Amino acid sequence: MADKKATREGFGAALAELGEKYDFLVLDADLAAATKTGVFKKKYPERFFDCGIAEGNMISVAAGIAATGKKVFAASFAMFAAGRSFEQIRNSIGYPHLNVNIVGTHASITVGEDGATHQCSEDLALMRTIPGMTVICPADVTEAYAAVEAVLNHCGPCYLRFGRYPVPNLTPELLPDYKFEIGKGVTYREGSDVSIVANGYMVHLALEAADILAAEGISAEVINIHTIKPLDIDLIEASARKTGAVVTAEEHSIIGGLGAAVCEGLCERYPVPTLRVGVEDKFGRSGQVPELLEIYGLTAGNIAAKARRAIAMKSAK
Amino acid sequence: MENSKVLSLSRIANRIRRNIIESVYNAKCGHPGGSLSIADIMTYLYFEEMNIDPKNPDFSGRDRFVLSKGHTAPALYAALAERGFFPTEDLKTLRKTASYLQGHPDMKGVPGVDMSTGSLGQGISAACGMALSSKLDGSPFRVYTVLGDGESEEGQVWEAAMFAAHYKLDNLVAILDLNGLQIDGPITEVMNPTPHDEKFLAFGWNVITIDAHDFNEIEAAFDAARKIEGKPTVIIARSIKGKGVSYMENACEWHGQAPKEDLYKVAISDLDAIGETLK
Repeated sequence: MADKKATREGFGAALAELGEKYDFLVLDADLAAATKTGVFKKKYPERFFDCGIAEGNMISVAAGIAATGKKVFAASFAMFAAGRSFEQIRNSIGYPHLNVNIVGTHASITVGEDGATHQCSEDLALMRTIPGMTVICPADVTEAYAAVEAVLNHCGPCYLRFGRYPVPNLTPELLPDYKFEIGKGVTYREGSDVSIVANGYMVHLALEAADILAAEGISAEVINIHTIKPLDIDLIEASARKTGAVVTAEEHSIIGGLGAAVCEGLCERYPVPTLRVGVEDKFGRSGQVPELLEIYGLTAGNIAAKARRAIAMKSAK
Repeated sequence: MENSKVLSLSRIANRIRRNIIESVYNAKCGHPGGSLSIADIMTYLYFEEMNIDPKNPDFSGRDRFVLSKGHTAPALYAALAERGFFPTEDLKTLRKTASYLQGHPDMKGVPGVDMSTGSLGQGISAACGMALSSKLDGSPFRVYTVLGDGESEEGQVWEAAMFAAHYKLDNLVAILDLNGLQIDGPITEVMNPTPHDEKFLAFGWNVITIDAHDFNEIEAAFDAARKIEGKPTVIIARSIKGKGVSYMENACEWHGQAPKEDLYKVAISDLDAIGETLK
């Protein structure tokens, strides 16, 4: 098994290391130790600005900085970066299409014990509705690092989501020559019976689900859609045409996130039975992460179960 | 300030007020009251204070202006047109589908607009970001932002006030248009944000209070702001909402509606009468 690290660690490491090659500023709202911007702050204190517990101001300050031609990251927990500051992001960054990278860490259920007020399962949905916004949710620490470098070479507003909880670092083993590209999904495993389209924390569970299904003689394709917007619908459509059934898996509300985006795209292009694994229109709660993942159905077992159902729906069509 | 300069600035302000009325009348909607109240401040900023170049509106060392009270775009557009950023004729297209002059300022579409604004409370934060960026570069550019007094009810204004003082943004000047009225009534009745001077002082700002329609006081305030080191300046500009148009002065209902033809004619004749006194 690959070593485990939280994607936020990849974010912090990337900021600190890429700080030498790229000229950018970093803002945080009193959460530098948790979001990992603190790693950058330690190395480049003169390029780091704490905005205190005032996220709306931080986002609009970032807009002002970007308007003068500088690249800037603004980080907080997903709940406060994307949730509390939605309107600042929409009007001060999205509308003028400014070069700000908004970072939301500690998203959704894997926040664990802090509970519902901090478990933002709606951030990707909110960000996806803003015209021109790029929305990225990396699967592991390697991809998280690569995503940071990719947005530094991208022009326009981006939202990046990173997790608190350690996740297996699969990329180096499975895709040694991997090159992260915004908007390009990655096929981790080819299959013919069902497509599992996952992102973020759920990618490694999608691979586990494919193993469970393989033992039953079911061939599952596993695709990592790290960029929810713009969505790689070409790749998803091609897979759906091949397998005829799709399961989406995300650590996010089934409303408005990856599952919704895939359903919207496939409905317009090539409708096939599509089932969604995600937070099912519920608030989170306090608890240890493994327990919460079970309670909310964010498991390999649930992905496999939905895959079997989606396959059964093919013949019922 | 010499009398001839006061006269010359007053003439410009009068033309700006006339164009505010023309553009809002042609749009059949918009915000004349708070546009008229800042016309003198806008005149001074664009004709005396700011380092800008209408022929090169994006040069990196220019002073920046953020209209935090974005709904008074007619005043900004009229000032920009008067200063030569785009043809005055275009003001008549305000708020029309084919126009680049959106109801609220759009930095992507209008030459000379440095920040898209309209949602209250955000412009002053963006101005802070610009001022911080200028300081980091050791750049000489200064940043100006005009706030509404009603806007100061937004919590974000005070988040920004904290930020500006904390990072010692002495290259930032906020002008608070204290006209005393907001959509639902007098600010002191709707949700009293006063006293502004004591609040900004407590937040660590340099505070100057002036008559918003007196060019001598306006000039003295901006000159004083330039000399302040280590803290941002707020100019609390006591103004008359609807200034220059008889029936709009201190009248709440002219916050956000356009005059119909009869009252449009009255407004123009009021402003032309003022113009006569400036000849």
